Amino acid sequence: MIQGERLPRIESAGLDGWMVRLFDRIDEANLAWLGALVRRCEAEFGEALIDLVPSYTTLLVVFDPLRLSPLVARHRLEMLLKGLEPEEAAAAGEVHELPTWYDPSVGPDLERVARYAGMSVQAVIDCHAGQEYRVFALGFAPGFAFMGLLDERLEVPRLDTPRKRVPVNSVAIAGRQTAAYPAVTPGGWNLLGRTSARLFDRDRDGFSLLKVGDRVRFVPVDRATFEQQGGDATPVEASR
Amino acid sequence: MSQERVIGFHVQRAGPLALLQDAGRFGVRRLGVTQGGPADLHGWAWANRLVGNAWGTPALEVTFGGLTLVAERDMTIAVAGADLGATLEGSPLPPWQPVILREGQTLVFGAPRNGLRAYLAVAGGFQAEPVLGSVSCVVREGLGGFDGRGGKLAEGDRLAVTIDARRRVEGRATPEPEKPDYRQSAVLALLPGAQVADFTGDSLFAAFNRPWRIDDRADRMGVRLTGPKLTCRIDSLISEGIGLGAVQVPPDGQPIALLNDRQTIGGYPRLGALTPLAASRLAQCLPGQEVRLATTTHERALADYRVFRAAVGDSIASGN
Repeated sequence: MIQGERLPRIESAGLDGWMVRLFDRIDEANLAWLGALVRRCEAEFGEALIDLVPSYTTLLVVFDPLRLSPLVARHRLEMLLKGLEPEEAAAAGEVHELPTWYDPSVGPDLERVARYAGMSVQAVIDCHAGQEYRVFALGFAPGFAFMGLLDERLEVPRLDTPRKRVPVNSVAIAGRQTAAYPAVTPGGWNLLGRTSARLFDRDRDGFSLLKVGDRVRFVPVDRATFEQQGGDATPVEASR
Repeated sequence: MSQERVIGFHVQRAGPLALLQDAGRFGVRRLGVTQGGPADLHGWAWANRLVGNAWGTPALEVTFGGLTLVAERDMTIAVAGADLGATLEGSPLPPWQPVILREGQTLVFGAPRNGLRAYLAVAGGFQAEPVLGSVSCVVREGLGGFDGRGGKLAEGDRLAVTIDARRRVEGRATPEPEKPDYRQSAVLALLPGAQVADFTGDSLFAAFNRPWRIDDRADRMGVRLTGPKLTCRIDSLISEGIGLGAVQVPPDGQPIALLNDRQTIGGYPRLGALTPLAASRLAQCLPGQEVRLATTTHERALADYRVFRAAVGDSIASGN
């Protein structure tokens, strides 16, 4: 069963939403429960459903209050939760390999992270690329996937002063999470390299390459391969 | 209705911020895509209603004014929401009612006199290619708008409408009680959220009994309120979805009410969420204005919302 004090809970999130709180800590095992709940909501809410926003421990269910009154919606969620079972298949998502060029010119924080972790730059790269990550949530920008959990040895705080413009496709870490920037945005994460993958594409079915529950691996490639795959090798300093 | 596109307006002067908005971008928030949509649902819906458009028809949200449009054809239009000193050929444009615009006439939005955001609707609606299911313009994400790339209106733009734009409407003006005086101090209805009990008693008393001032830091993402410092026993949460109107309180104790262009997830504790109509009302406040927060119930909020939707002609609101 779901572990935690007084969980699961259904909490008010405004006139058109309920927050379903399933867990109180971040864990990969949450994904199978959240995936199952997403699937059940899609089936049960029908055309009254407006949006579902899964995150690490919660699912925000947004509905049209004219089609489904908030109290009826809440009751429906209570019923769903009673019979809920984890579905690994609902959460397993896709497996992605993100070709990544790790280099100080596109990953200007590589050396800082290495110093902080007391490792060589190569060891940092091996460590970051050496495991599979799960996508816990999307947010901050379209297609921006929060992935984890990063190896404890690479746990480095965010920059004191965020960069005003992080180049698109930058691969970054902060705390025990990693991400790749789908668009140019401000950002305070530590940049390790750059991927050639197309992370968000308005013309692609599904729009975002990565979705909650997906499994992601960063695969080191050299500059020539990166550029051949369409990667932009403009150094971070020059692309400001 | 015909969807044949024609040019309706030429932008002679763009002003600081004029954006195309339909009801919003839905079903893609799980991908990190912002909701968008009109910051003041009430003014937007009335503008559409006055020219006979269905709920969700794209209309122009004009923030602050400074916009000059020249009509490229005869059209039926309506302006609702804020009074930005709009004029037609130099004479005051009657707001909150349908108006016939003739080819070559100039429509000017000046500066805020009452409220912050005016809505311009044209019979049949403005036309643009939907992006991720919506034409709502979210500048930060580069999505929607007339160019599909999240661009706000720029000088020289030509705005598409349909040949229905000339349609005469059996228009009546908006009833007086439906026209807000945005200069009045607003009482914003809030549904208390899960973390409300984590605020100290003093803070909760202050939150709902003291006036809040609209800060300069106010935009379509959110509006910062300044006043007594609120103290919450928890200073951050694991990031979770954020609903429209959520009032979050960062560690500095000054609440931020989150509007249409907010990010999809966030991690500050919340007092609760403003109702859709309260969020709309807040979006019409200028920096320096005072507002108050008052708790409400789902039943009351839903009843108010139904009345509003029925008033703007939504049949679904009077059903079930």
